[in-house]
Amino acid sequence: MTEAEFQAELNRLRPTLMRFAVLQLRDEQSAEDAVQDTLLAALEGRERFSGRSQLKTWVVSILRNKIVDRIRQRSREAPLPEVSDNEAEDFDGLFEPDGHWADKPADWGDPAKSFEQGRFFEVLELCMKALPENLSRVFLMREVLEMETEEICKELAMSSSNCWVVLYRARMRLRECLQLKWFAQGVGSE
Amino acid sequence: MKTCKEVHRLVIEGQDRKLPLMERIAVRVHLMMCGACRRFEAQMQFLREAVRRLPGR
Repeated sequence: MTEAEFQAELNRLRPTLMRFAVLQLRDEQSAEDAVQDTLLAALEGRERFSGRSQLKTWVVSILRNKIVDRIRQRSREAPLPEVSDNEAEDFDGLFEPDGHWADKPADWGDPAKSFEQGRFFEVLELCMKALPENLSRVFLMREVLEMETEEICKELAMSSSNCWVVLYRARMRLRECLQLKWFAQGVGSE
Repeated sequence: MKTCKEVHRLVIEGQDRKLPLMERIAVRVHLMMCGACRRFEAQMQFLREAVRRLPGR
């Protein structure tokens, strides 16, 4: 690949990178900066790109690091408010007093069927954007940046139990949202 | 015997930390017998898989 071809390839990835960064950083400007840094790092590190892995995979991994850096910086500058433990109880309504499901989980069917539909990921992004920032930040560090829970708690100066509560709430809300906006529409399973 | 309410919580926590052996066993046993909780567990795995696919698409 020539230098020009390499640049053209990178440019083609820009919209994907932008969407990914905006989702995580929730702010166009910092997303733009992170993507800019990433493209620059990719150009400078071109020799390190062996061509063995896909270009996209390689560039996304650079972007991940740039996003983590920004989240770290942000957490130092503006720590998120603690989520109080009893707020986790608002999913109590899903259960009978004896601990059985009041509202039994639906069968979401074969995940692959949903993944084939581009519209599914639009709904997922919508649901993720609807999460309050403090839930979303921890959830994204865990699931998209694939950091260990311990590491996240340390990074955000949260207690482990608070971290778990936050992750619990994020997952429960996303589940609720997907159920409502995707599966209840009859598009996911059948 | 754990309730569904306790188990759904442990299913989620199991994605974020290593549960002690006894809890893992209790969850497994419950899941074997409870279709609703099995569906819940499948939903949580679905969610993880879906989110991890976001960047690459």
